[in-house]
Amino acid sequence: MRSRAITWLVPTIYIVFLLLPIYWLLNMSFKNTNEILGSFTLWPQTFTTENYRKIFTDPTWYNGYRNSLTYVLINTVISITVALPAAYAFSRYRFLGDKHLFFWLLSNRMAPPAVFALPFFQLYSAIGLFDTHIAVALAHCLFNIPLAVWILEGFMSSVPKELDETAFVDGYSFPRFFVRVFMPTIAAGIGVAAFFCFMFSWVELLLAKTLTSVDAKPIAATMTRTASTSGYELGLLAAAGALTIVPGAIVIYFVRNYIAKGFALGRV
Amino acid sequence: MALIHLDRISHSYRAAPASDADWAVRDIDLEWSDGGAYALLGPSGCGKTTLLNLISGLLRPTRGSIRFDGRDVTMREPGERNIAQVFQFPVVYDTMTVYDNLAFPLRNRGMAAAQVKHRVEEIAAMLELTPTLHSRAAGLTADGKQKISLGRGLVRADVAAILFDEPLTVIDPHLKWQLRSKLKELHQRVGLTMIYVTHDQTEALTFADQVVVMLDGHVVQAGTPVELFERPRHTFVGHFIGSPGMNVLPCEVRDGAPRFGGIAIETAAPVRLPAASQRLEIGVRPEFVRFAKAGVPVQVERVTDSGRFRIVHTRHGEHPIKLLIADNASIPAERGFLAFDPRRTQVYADGWIVN
Amino acid sequence: MATRTPNQKAWWLVAPVVALVAFNAVLPLMAVVNYSVQETFGNNQFFFEGVKWFDEVLHSQRFRDALLRQLLFTAIVLAIELPLGVAIALAMPRKGLGLSLCLVLMAMPLLIPWNVVGAMWNIFALPDVGLLGRALNELGFDYNYTRQPVSAWFTLVAMDVWHWTSLVVLLAFAGLSAIPDAYYQAARIDGASRWAIFRHIELPKMKHVLTIAVLLRFMDSFMIYTEAVVLTGGGPGNATTLLSIDLVKIALGQFDLGPAAAMSLIYFLIILLLSWVYYTVMTRGATS
Repeated sequence: MRSRAITWLVPTIYIVFLLLPIYWLLNMSFKNTNEILGSFTLWPQTFTTENYRKIFTDPTWYNGYRNSLTYVLINTVISITVALPAAYAFSRYRFLGDKHLFFWLLSNRMAPPAVFALPFFQLYSAIGLFDTHIAVALAHCLFNIPLAVWILEGFMSSVPKELDETAFVDGYSFPRFFVRVFMPTIAAGIGVAAFFCFMFSWVELLLAKTLTSVDAKPIAATMTRTASTSGYELGLLAAAGALTIVPGAIVIYFVRNYIAKGFALGRV
Repeated sequence: MALIHLDRISHSYRAAPASDADWAVRDIDLEWSDGGAYALLGPSGCGKTTLLNLISGLLRPTRGSIRFDGRDVTMREPGERNIAQVFQFPVVYDTMTVYDNLAFPLRNRGMAAAQVKHRVEEIAAMLELTPTLHSRAAGLTADGKQKISLGRGLVRADVAAILFDEPLTVIDPHLKWQLRSKLKELHQRVGLTMIYVTHDQTEALTFADQVVVMLDGHVVQAGTPVELFERPRHTFVGHFIGSPGMNVLPCEVRDGAPRFGGIAIETAAPVRLPAASQRLEIGVRPEFVRFAKAGVPVQVERVTDSGRFRIVHTRHGEHPIKLLIADNASIPAERGFLAFDPRRTQVYADGWIVN
Repeated sequence: MATRTPNQKAWWLVAPVVALVAFNAVLPLMAVVNYSVQETFGNNQFFFEGVKWFDEVLHSQRFRDALLRQLLFTAIVLAIELPLGVAIALAMPRKGLGLSLCLVLMAMPLLIPWNVVGAMWNIFALPDVGLLGRALNELGFDYNYTRQPVSAWFTLVAMDVWHWTSLVVLLAFAGLSAIPDAYYQAARIDGASRWAIFRHIELPKMKHVLTIAVLLRFMDSFMIYTEAVVLTGGGPGNATTLLSIDLVKIALGQFDLGPAAAMSLIYFLIILLLSWVYYTVMTRGATS
C-alpha cells in the first residue's frame, strides 16, 4: 500500500544524516595531526592507526574504558538484583503504600542529575567512597533501579499467578521457585531491563565525573581533559570517542532480532 | 447491479509457489448472482477469507480474473469496486461520532452535505443507531460498532455487494442471534448481494440461500442448505454439515451395488465407479438410518439426548454408526439391525460422490 | 492481569530497592533543602535564612535568562523531533531486512555516551576542520559556533535532533506496528486518502506512545547537560547556558550552596509540575 519509492527516501536520508557525524569521527581517528591541521580531506590520505595504538597502550586511556565498563557492569548487576524481588512484590502483592511507592520510584527519573551533582559529591565523600567504581554504580541506581523495576514489573504481570501457585504446591521454596522457575520465564524481560540499565549507565557522565578523580575515572573524564580544539589531540580524541561507540554497536547487533520481533508481536 | 464472476481464481501468498500447499485458493470458478445471500463455509485455513479479500480487492489474485457485471475489476482498488466489507472485529474511527463514521465513505467520494445527511439518517434508522448518532463511536458496545461497520457499507448507494468476514466473532452470544436476524432482515429489505464467511454451519445455513463449502483452497460444493444436507457431494461436506455429521463407512462395490461388511446396501440407482478409485465409502446421515428387522448388525453402545431427539451410538465391528430416534421411540437393548434409506445413501470414491 | 493479594510482608521484597533509591534520593534532597534555607560564610557555620535564597534565585536575572533559554530550547527540539520522528516511523519499512537494518542504524545515536555525542558534534561542526562547519561556510553562511550565538544554537539543536529523534521514531513505530491490518483495509474500502488514514486511524492509535515520547523528550531535554557542555560549554558567553549548565556552574564551580540548592529545588519542581500537568491533560477521560 505504501510502496511508493519516495517513502524509501525519508528513512534513507535520515540514516545518512545519522551516520555523517559518526563517519567524520572515524575519519578523524585514522588521520595524523598533520593531515588534520594541514588539509581538509574527506577520507584519510595517510591512513594511520597511531591514535588507536596510543589508546591501547597508554594506561590513562585504556583504564578509562576499564573503569567505565566496571561501574556500568556493577550497576547493572546491582540494579537488576534488587529490582527483581521488588518488581515481583509490585506485580503480585498489594501492600500499604504500594501505589505511592511506585510513583515515587518513577519520579526519580524526573530528577535533573545537575541537582544531585553537588549533594552526591558531598555524600559520597562523607562516606569515603569518593573516586571508587562502587560510588558511581550506586549513584546510577537512582534512576536505573526505578527503570528496572518498571520494566520487570511489566513483564512479570503477564505471567499468570497460577505458575507461582503450582510451584508452591509442588514444594518449591520461594527463593528456589524464583531462581529456577520464575526467572527463566521472564528471561526476555530481564534482558530488556539489563540492556536499558547498561545503556543509561554507560551514557551518563555528569555524576560519573563528579564522583571520580583518578582511580575510577571514566573514559569521559579522560576525553574531556583532552578536548581542547588545539588540533594536536583531535585525532586521539576522535579515536577515543570511536571506541566508546563499539559496546553500543555490539549490543544493538545482538538484540536486533528481538527489537524487530518485539514490534511484530504488537500486531493483532 | 452486480453479477460477480470469479474465473479460474488462484492465489498464493508466496512469491514463487512451488507445491500445492503454497496456494491459498486454487482454480475457483464461481458465479454469484444479484441480490443473493451467500455463505462461504469451511474450517480454518480453507481459504475462505482469502477468497473474500480477493473479491473485495484487498488482495490481487496471482492468477485468474474477477468480473463485476461483465466488467473486469481484477486490477481495481477496493474503493473502486462497489463493495463494502465488515471485518471480524469492529472497525470504527474512534475519534469520530457515529454520524461522522457513517458519513466518512460518502465524504471521501465528494458527496454534498445535504445528501450525506439524508443517507446517514436513513441508514441509521434502518440499523437502529439513531439515538447514538452524535455520540463518539468509541463508546459503543461491540455489536453497536459492528452495526456502524455495516452502516458504512450500506450508506453508499453504489454498493452492490457486502462481504462479511466472520462478523459475529466478538459479539456476545445472546446478541449474535439479534444481529444475525438484523442482517437477514436487511438483506430482504435492501436486496444487496451479501457474502458471509464463517466456520459456523448454523450461521451459514440460517443466513444463506446458497452455501459454498471450501476445503484446502478448493470449492467442494456450492448449493442450497437443503442440497448440502441431503446430497453432500463430498464426505467433508457430510461431516461438516449437520449435527451430528454424516456416517461414513468403508465399502466395496460389486456389480454396481455397494457392500458394507459383507452386507449389500441398497441405493437408489446402480453405482458406476470412475476409473481408478482407491477409497470407496458409503455416506448416510443419522437422520436417514433406522432400526429394522434385518440389515446391518450392530451393537448398541449408548444413547445421548440432544433435545429434540436422541442420538443412538452403535457399532458394527470397529465402525461407529449413529442414528437419530424420536424421543418416545424404543431402542433395542444390546443388538439390532440398521437399515439405510436408499434414496439418501450415497457412494463416495476418494471422498467425492459417485453418480 | 493477575489479581494481587494483600500481603504486608512484601515490604521485605522492596526493602533493598527502597534503601538504595532513598539513599540516593532522600539524603541528597534533604541536604539540598537544608542548604536552600541556610546561609554559610564558609566556616561551616550555618544560619537559617528562610526563603531568602528562593527569593534571590527567582528574582535573579541570571536564573530567568537561563530558564527562558531552557524553555526555548525544549520548545524548539520538541517541535522538530516529534513530527520528524513520526514522519520517519510512517515511512519506515514494516518488516524484513530493511526493517532490521533501519532499527539497528537508527538506534546507534541512542547508545553513544553523551560526552562523545558532544565531542563528535564539536569536531563535526568546527568551522575549519569539521565536515558540517566547513560545508556551511563554503555554502556562504558565516558559521562559527564558538563565536556566534545563532550558530551555537543551531548546532545545539541539530545535535539534539540527531541524538534523540530515533527515540521518537522507535516509540512511534511501536505504536504503528500495533495497529491491526483491518483498519487499513476498511480505510481502503471507504476510499480514504492517505492523510485521512493518518488523521483518523494512525494518529489516534499512537496517542499512548506519543504521550510517552513527549513526556520523555520534555523531561530529558529540560535536564540536558553533558552533550551541551561538551559542545559549547554554555557559550559563546552564556548564549547556550541552559538550566543544568547554569546550576552546575553555581554548585560545583562557585560552591554557592544556598543559591544552588534553592535553584535545584525550583528546577526540580518545575519539571514535576509541567510533567504532571501534561500527564493529567493527556490521560484525562481515557481509561487505560
